[in-house]
Amino acid sequence: MAFEGLADRLQNTMQKIRGKGKVNEADVKEMMREVRLALLEADVNFKVVKEFVKKVSDRAVGQEVLKSLTPGQQVIKVVKEELTNLMGGEESKIAVSNRPPTVIMMVGLQGAGKTTTTGKLANLLRKKYNRNPMLVAADIYRPAAIKQLETLGKQLNMPVFSLGDQVSPVEIAKQAIAKAKEDHNDYVLIDTAGRLHVDEALMGELKDIKELSNPNEIFLVVDAMTGQDAVNVAQSFNEQLGLTGVVLTKLDGDTRGGAALSIRSVTNTPIKFVGLGEKLDALESFHPERMASRILGMGDVLTLIEKAQSNIDEEKAREIEQKMKSNSFTLDDFLDSLGQVRNMGPLEDLLKMMPGANKMKGLNNLQIDEKQISHVEAIIQSMTKEEKIHPEIITSNRRKRIAKGSGTSVPEVNRLLKQFEDMKKMMKQMSGMQQKAKKKGKKKGGFNLPFNPFQ
Amino acid sequence: MSFFKKLKEKITQQTDVVTEKFKDGLTKTRDNFSGKVNDLVARYRKVDEDFFEELEEILIQADVGFETVMDLIEELKMEVKRKNIQDPAEVQSVISEKLVEIYEGADEASTELNIQAEGLTVLLFVGVNGVGKTTTIGKLAHKFKSEGKKVVLAAGDTFRAGAIEQLEVWGERVGVDVIKQGAGSDPAAVMFDAIQAAKSRNADILICDTAGRLQNKVNLMKELEKVKRVIEREVPGAPHEVLLVLDATTGQNALIQAKTFKEATNVSGIVLTKLDGTAKGGIVLAIRNELGIPVKFVGLGEKMDDLQEFNAEQYVYGLFADLVENEELD
Repeated sequence: MAFEGLADRLQNTMQKIRGKGKVNEADVKEMMREVRLALLEADVNFKVVKEFVKKVSDRAVGQEVLKSLTPGQQVIKVVKEELTNLMGGEESKIAVSNRPPTVIMMVGLQGAGKTTTTGKLANLLRKKYNRNPMLVAADIYRPAAIKQLETLGKQLNMPVFSLGDQVSPVEIAKQAIAKAKEDHNDYVLIDTAGRLHVDEALMGELKDIKELSNPNEIFLVVDAMTGQDAVNVAQSFNEQLGLTGVVLTKLDGDTRGGAALSIRSVTNTPIKFVGLGEKLDALESFHPERMASRILGMGDVLTLIEKAQSNIDEEKAREIEQKMKSNSFTLDDFLDSLGQVRNMGPLEDLLKMMPGANKMKGLNNLQIDEKQISHVEAIIQSMTKEEKIHPEIITSNRRKRIAKGSGTSVPEVNRLLKQFEDMKKMMKQMSGMQQKAKKKGKKKGGFNLPFNPFQ
Repeated sequence: MSFFKKLKEKITQQTDVVTEKFKDGLTKTRDNFSGKVNDLVARYRKVDEDFFEELEEILIQADVGFETVMDLIEELKMEVKRKNIQDPAEVQSVISEKLVEIYEGADEASTELNIQAEGLTVLLFVGVNGVGKTTTIGKLAHKFKSEGKKVVLAAGDTFRAGAIEQLEVWGERVGVDVIKQGAGSDPAAVMFDAIQAAKSRNADILICDTAGRLQNKVNLMKELEKVKRVIEREVPGAPHEVLLVLDATTGQNALIQAKTFKEATNVSGIVLTKLDGTAKGGIVLAIRNELGIPVKFVGLGEKMDDLQEFNAEQYVYGLFADLVENEELD
């Protein structure tokens, strides 16, 4: 996950100050030196770093912080708030035109990921906002760029407008919008060619497209691994075109992501989406507050909950809960819930969102083998109905059969059965506890966080 | 004679076009860097903590590499203490002295490709997404072709939509064969095919494209190792070069990229692309320092002949050129 290195450094710094009963100016200064280095090391633009450090220092040495009962915590709170501000305060929405189609222009340097992002964005618009987008292939320069967009269109089953690579991008945009009106596509996503911000001829072409198509959004697509130059690029594109948003790509790498922090504060343009993988559904809205909390190691429970909500069948979940309580949870149910969790995305990513997860020993850099989960599934699927409901009837002969049937080994089958047994025991205890708690009439909050991330 | 003067003399002896291209490409940084050092020196009356902090920032802007900068500043501080320097103007000469030390040895590594005199030479291209692997391969194929070599390209990016077609277009442009399989096929199998084809066509050079991959994706890096193993098995001594393509706009992450790709595929050289923008990829200096991987080519544009052999002297000169002018004025 991106930001990890930055997160590690910042968290170590924070750790030092967290528990302090007294914080003086020297403490803050020392901490801010560390923070500054951490940010610079993460490719955050040096100007941005300077400003940030100044803001935090000013606030942190203020009376209300140093005199408070938990000054260490207060300083961290200030850092978090300023970090959130740096990344844009609130989540920003995507524009909708009063008179469809809404036109979105995708611009950026070569290789930032414009074409892939165009495909992902179209997918997101349809899936999340129920829209009917059309893709426009206006990159006539890079070999096979049109073909790439057409392939994506085919994968998504979405219309792609192209006039080949002999027609000017301005003309392509014009005809595309007319066609979209005709076909009732409510979003038009124009994929432009990658270009350098100092290339006057090509930047002129973008201005022409802008003038003609009157876009509601112009998104700058930026590689999250970009260094100090990110600011120059963003500034230049912004001055020449007037950006409305930024999409950060390749955030699933191990970059410290400083570009993300710099761009928004220099151009005053919000980061709207982030690309988190190679698959077409790996584009997410950007939530500055959640990202800040992730960087500072406070987890991202909100995203986790959202993921659960959008991927888990509520009724099924309730059913399973009932079964757990009544202790009639079978291996079949186990298989079901396993499938649901898998729907939410790679387990590794989910774990990263847990508060404090990256501080847990062994969890950091943990490579979860998704294959093992497939093995578990195979084992359960190789059981008879009877066996799934009453696993206690599984004799050693049956175990052999199951191992053979699932292409695994007897020890693996044993391990699974043991785990399932343990799980059931735990559920029994938990449901017992819950009932007790209800009797007492008070229920404690579920998350035991270092402090409240929702504040 | 100072390091920069030597550099400048060396460069002025060199010819024409290349130097021009380099200069053009690097002017933008020059203005930045040295102007700022001058400004800094002019503003400060004495050498103190704040002075160093600002100097740090100036160096970091060139993406030279965080560790490199921190080491440099540490050394500068020691030097200043030892010589008891008070006047910032004096620091300036120490700065260029120290920069020299960083780049010393940089000249020694060869930028020449390991091309076999006899038989097939295999070049493997690796890198993260969107750095310009396929484009670089196209340009390099053009270069070899115009040198009279028979070139075959292997379309090993079977993942990204349109990648195979992109390489095919380059193959047509340059006039060389492209060996491919369908999208989604096993890249190692493509390499196997390509090697057989290159052998039977008596090709001199086989250039292998691979799909872009982020270096923290373990499975994809394993796939790359497999691709390399297949090449090793089929052609003894191959791949003769494993070239990591780096985008000049990339920041500190480039160092991690180099490290991880080196572990997986034993990278032998770097191609630095998109140097015609405002970013200068100063991180390659850190890579050379820490990992000993030399830059072999630089990409300076989108045209077929926009690939140049890397010249360390010119590059360093371009990064910090105005310091030279200043030294001369002194």
